[in-house]
Amino acid sequence: MTIEASNLSFRYGEKPVLREVSFALTSGRFHALLGPNGAGKSTLFGLLTRLLALQQGELLLAGQSLKKQPAEAMRRIGVVFQQNALDLDLTVRQNLQYHAALHGLSRKEARVRGDRELERFSLLDRANDAVRQLNGGHRRRVEIARALLHEPSLLLLDEPTVGLDVASRKALNEHVRTLCEEDGLTVLWATHLIEEVRAEDRVLILHQGQLLADGKGQAICEAEGTRDLAETFHSLTGAG
Amino acid sequence: MKAAHYWHCFVGIQTREWLRFWQQRTRFASALVRPLLWLVVFAAGFRAVLGISIIPPYETYITYETYIAPGLCGMIILFNSMQGALSMVYDRELGSMRVLLMSPLPRPFLLVTKLLAMGVVSIGQVYVFLLLALLMDVEPPLWGYLAVLPALILTSLMLGALGLLIATWIKQLENFAGVMNFVIFPMFFMSSALYPLWRMNEASPWLYWICQFNPFTHAVEAIRFSLYLEWNPMAYGITAGVTVTLALLATAGFRPQRTRILGASKPA
Repeated sequence: MTIEASNLSFRYGEKPVLREVSFALTSGRFHALLGPNGAGKSTLFGLLTRLLALQQGELLLAGQSLKKQPAEAMRRIGVVFQQNALDLDLTVRQNLQYHAALHGLSRKEARVRGDRELERFSLLDRANDAVRQLNGGHRRRVEIARALLHEPSLLLLDEPTVGLDVASRKALNEHVRTLCEEDGLTVLWATHLIEEVRAEDRVLILHQGQLLADGKGQAICEAEGTRDLAETFHSLTGAG
Repeated sequence: MKAAHYWHCFVGIQTREWLRFWQQRTRFASALVRPLLWLVVFAAGFRAVLGISIIPPYETYITYETYIAPGLCGMIILFNSMQGALSMVYDRELGSMRVLLMSPLPRPFLLVTKLLAMGVVSIGQVYVFLLLALLMDVEPPLWGYLAVLPALILTSLMLGALGLLIATWIKQLENFAGVMNFVIFPMFFMSSALYPLWRMNEASPWLYWICQFNPFTHAVEAIRFSLYLEWNPMAYGITAGVTVTLALLATAGFRPQRTRILGASKPA
């Protein structure tokens, strides 16, 4: 599914958080949204998920306006939030069933799809465990499995590796890339960690609410005259 | 979206609330201590001071315990609804609310269903309280337990919507202590929950009118009359009217950015 954002601006009170941000995401590809903390990534995710109302600009999902067709858009988006959004006291399966119900799926359908996703994430044997008993990496996997339950065509992940160790971060990143390749899922992966981004990825660099670069990692480096993305990121944002 | 989608969603939200209730059953049990203390201790101390004359819906002299039981049913819902609505917008339920709002179904439907689900759990507590109140000789007619159900549902929806409205719009009351002092206690004490309004009128006419304008008074009266199988159209009418108005205002005016649901930054 394609996404087109044009001239997105957003402010909290007097404070501008996004300024004239425009980009287009290609269907079935992995996109990295790179930016230091406070760059406006979560605000952009808030707009894409309708948790924030558009103040200025337009968002089109598969050619349809998010503002005019919110239900259709939400049906096609899966989201993994930065903060944990699982109910720790409920089991993995109960969490999945709650999400499925919110998308109008019957219990039976939820069970079939939930088990399929859990199997894919090697978590089926933990289905009846309370989420509280899972480690951070497994919880994140459950959140991704949940986000995929209603078979979206766009997966948004807002700093999904926060709080994970290096090995879990790498595994999760690999996993999402596989989903992208196998299922043709469009992915927008927000992060401030340069090691999660590859040179061949489509990269959007956001800093202080402005989109400073948009293109393939290599191309951005060439344009900036830098050796790698880390250097590019540092020279553009002063971070890294 | 088809009707079946709405139904699955409705059932899913209700189920989750009951699962959480079951997980936190000790907390819910301890929430019953407050009304039971009022019924057993407060009522014992004040029954001599506050003589109750024969007033509708009662057909004979009643004990003070019998008088305050419907008010205490209202109190259970009042505390639960406010706490529940606040937790939707502030701390405990933030993750769950984000998931809720990702649903493609209309937000007013999701919010009302969520408020109803929280209300159903409070109503479960009310029934446990009424069973325990039998030990204090509060014995409404058997059919009263069924007849009171619509009044309990209306009350829980009304107070849940009020809580959501407050939590969304009034930043100064952003913790439970604030809501307790400025909303729950005034609503409870300035109502007919603890004393009949004619007594209030004797003490202070202007307080009497404040109590009359308090929708909680009418919710308590709707509970009281239905529990004793009497029909009180004014109490029901006002409770229903206020419920619809508050539910409309709360759901139509609900904006995630006015809350902390986004989690990242404090809304302006």
